[in-house]
Amino acid sequence: MSDHHVINSRARRVDTPAKATGRAVYVDDISRPNMLYGALLQSPIAHAKIISIDTSAAEKLPGVKCVVTSKEAGLVKYGVSPARYDETVFCHDKVRYVGDEIAAVAAIDRETAEKAVELIKVEFEPLPVLLTIEDAMAEDAPLLHEKYPRNITGEVHQEFGDVAAAFKECDLIKTTTVKNKRQDGGFIEPQGCIAEVDLAGNLTLTSSTQSPHYIQRTVAMVLGLDIGKVRVVKAYVGAGFGPKAGTNPMELACCLMALKTKRPVKMNYSREQVFLFCRARHAFTHKITIGVKKDGTLMALEHECHLDGGAYASFGPATVYYAGSLLAGPYKLPNMKYDGYRIYTNKPACGAQRGHGAVIARAAFEQQLDMIAEELGIDPLELRQKNMMETGDTTCNDLNMSSFGMAECLNAVTEGSDWKSKKGQLPPGKGIGLACGFFVSGAGFPIYRSDTYHGTVMIKLTEDGGTVLVYTASAEIGQGSDTTFAMIAAEGLGVPLEYVRLASGDTDMGVDLGAYSSRQTLMTGHATKEAAEDVKRQVLEVLSDELDVPVDTIDIVNGRIVFDRPVDFSGLRTRYIKEHRGWTDNPESDYFTFKEASRIAYLKKGTIVGTGKYKPHFLGGTYKGAAVGTSPAYGCSAQVAEVDVDLETGQITITQIVDAHDCGKAINRTSVEGQMQGSISMGIGEAMHEEVKFDAKGNVINNDFAEYKMVTALDMPPVDAIVVETDEPNGPYGAKEVGEGAIMPTIPAILNAVYDATGVRFYELPLTPERVFEELQKKKG
Amino acid sequence: MKKLIKLTVNDREVEAAVEPNLTLTDFLRYELNLTGTKKGCETGDCGACTVILDGIPVNSCLVLAVQANGRKVETIEGLATEEGLHPVQDAFVEHGAIQCGFCSPGMIMSAKHLLDKNPKPDEGEIRAAIAGNLCRCTGYQKIIDAIKSV
Ligand code: FES
Ligand code: FES
Repeated sequence: MSDHHVINSRARRVDTPAKATGRAVYVDDISRPNMLYGALLQSPIAHAKIISIDTSAAEKLPGVKCVVTSKEAGLVKYGVSPARYDETVFCHDKVRYVGDEIAAVAAIDRETAEKAVELIKVEFEPLPVLLTIEDAMAEDAPLLHEKYPRNITGEVHQEFGDVAAAFKECDLIKTTTVKNKRQDGGFIEPQGCIAEVDLAGNLTLTSSTQSPHYIQRTVAMVLGLDIGKVRVVKAYVGAGFGPKAGTNPMELACCLMALKTKRPVKMNYSREQVFLFCRARHAFTHKITIGVKKDGTLMALEHECHLDGGAYASFGPATVYYAGSLLAGPYKLPNMKYDGYRIYTNKPACGAQRGHGAVIARAAFEQQLDMIAEELGIDPLELRQKNMMETGDTTCNDLNMSSFGMAECLNAVTEGSDWKSKKGQLPPGKGIGLACGFFVSGAGFPIYRSDTYHGTVMIKLTEDGGTVLVYTASAEIGQGSDTTFAMIAAEGLGVPLEYVRLASGDTDMGVDLGAYSSRQTLMTGHATKEAAEDVKRQVLEVLSDELDVPVDTIDIVNGRIVFDRPVDFSGLRTRYIKEHRGWTDNPESDYFTFKEASRIAYLKKGTIVGTGKYKPHFLGGTYKGAAVGTSPAYGCSAQVAEVDVDLETGQITITQIVDAHDCGKAINRTSVEGQMQGSISMGIGEAMHEEVKFDAKGNVINNDFAEYKMVTALDMPPVDAIVVETDEPNGPYGAKEVGEGAIMPTIPAILNAVYDATGVRFYELPLTPERVFEELQKKKG
Repeated sequence: MKKLIKLTVNDREVEAAVEPNLTLTDFLRYELNLTGTKKGCETGDCGACTVILDGIPVNSCLVLAVQANGRKVETIEGLATEEGLHPVQDAFVEHGAIQCGFCSPGMIMSAKHLLDKNPKPDEGEIRAAIAGNLCRCTGYQKIIDAIKSV
């Protein structure tokens, strides 16, 4: 039985009735009086100098209200990480990928705006197009950005311990190279936004964003406005998974045109433009060398990684760090060397996507662990158990596992899948595979250098005393965070969930860094808990004063005031009822209600407002890049996949996945399971089907959901999602992440299962039937 | 040149003059303000725009408004009544089958149609019935659980 009254249960989400009925308002569902529609001119070629831009014909088209290029937008550089700002709203000297933004138009309707875009004439002088890492890094390759020699956006060189010395002590050293393909975010709602300016010059941008806070700062910086004059509001968002975490040029162009025209402007990406903007998973090439002792003890890892990053930095400078730093766990690994390179190419920019930077590294590592286990004649489960980190352990790069239920996860999935009776016992064509992973519960530091809180929350009690209003700038993008924080507020205050009304996703409500790096439950959760406790303390202090009982003898439980001794509250009740004259719901209970208490508190003190805030204590070491990978807590997970492979055709069917995830204390169990299942579907997509493809000129050739294959209900196996709970000391009520970490083991569990079924190892994703068929044929000889 | 159409939307007679190239999705969303029907791709690949046209679920982005002339359209807005959520909607909420919710209106229309025809579908029938509705968030498991529970 849980000691909690609200959290750690299965709550109906606060936002889903609106979503189930079609009443939830997403950006494209909004329209404003007098609204204009914007459209973007995007480059048709992948790399070229811009010789001239002629907008005169577009400006003359009836219905066009505004045409903007870099002349109007200016050349303020922006991006994600300040040290690597490399974008401007519009290109001015050259274009760097098919889709690079050159101009925008606002007009009375969409058709007119699109027609006007076609009338803009741009003269280009083509430059060589660099589509591969090899071409981009070649000595004589042209540079996409002058400042970055050999087209390297960022590189990382780290060594912890002494890898060379450790290798000398190893009995087995193994090297493999694993590659994935660029993945698309695949969220079903394309990005959209509406910008409007009031008569005092305040700009409001409503956007389908994961981080109102970062967008607010970027809009203000790029357009030269006071931050206080810029408000960013998130509508309901049709998911993001990473690509909606940074500012997009459409948002900036939309704001600029609203400022120029003084009319609301709405813009949307088409599905094709979603592929062009991309900012999703990089294409990684990981070369991994692991050394072990005969008994399976992990000794050292040498790792080299190249990321094909596309034309701009986006989150890439962080991605290249994550790709290395998150291999230091979840196994005890005393020595690790990492060299990472993130490369510019003439393709849409890659950025962050669920499991930021670490997903393919994890796949390569876990597959290689299985290969090592086989060579040493050790069961892959035992090899993992032997090396697994435990609560309290710290990695060689200073990541501290303040709670770590990995042993429980391994037990749960191996029992749940009947691993012991299946491993090594299945007939040809059938296989079972195991893998593990872990991930941050929020990044230890904000993207820009600052002492800012990562989240602030304000809770106000309505003056009548009945309702708890929670205000947070955090971003509900589908993961269930609004419900999580409503539950935490109710728990912290001691009231039922129905008393809470929550508003979120608005920069006027405070600071919150947003929905990325699996951070909100822990970070915004902390701030919410603190605000709830603040409000509770204020109410109890008034009661203590009024009733003359010590404050620490009063509590609020389930909406009732609880005293540890007999207390006569009839005087307060009479006051409340007098206030309430003529109403029908006068309290008659034999206990004093929260509603009465908070009304009395208001009468005494005015509006009761509580605040909460959170930022992590200083985390990590002092070496270069130590910030990336640090987190107040780490979620961890294990998965077992079972597959059926047609040995003639190469067709793989995943028949079942058993997943266990340690999320600390589960706030809403149903949502925890939902995050696990959703992560697995994205992992299966990446393992089996997904690949953004380009032609030789840098055009995306599969820019729709017909040709870019995501997992459907027919491809998705049954998933058994087992929630493992630990008590995370750094989490609110012991809670930590689940949203991103759950994807970590999926791909390698499938790779290991496919090997078990076929005896063939795959070093390149996705596992399309053609690729599998070819490898099976090779094996047959 | 605009064309006059007359159709039934959620049991209400509607008359409108529409451009011949206007899709049924855009007609519902922008002319009738029924924004519950979503647009994820406009190429018939995601199912977010699913509505029921004369008893058959269709991707409304592939249907022109003029093709709906004289026909009967049911959208997500037509499901809930004064008594509350439709049982399929309630099951989706109860089972956590909704995350971002962008696929949900279309998904719920497909599920409702299935259950109207086949009140006790097996898992394979459920998966087939929603195979045209992409969901990037849930992994489908809870959607299937929800449909089974109705
Ligand atoms: S919007 Fe109609 S199928 Fe995607
Ligand atoms: S709930 Fe987000 S796409 Fe289905």
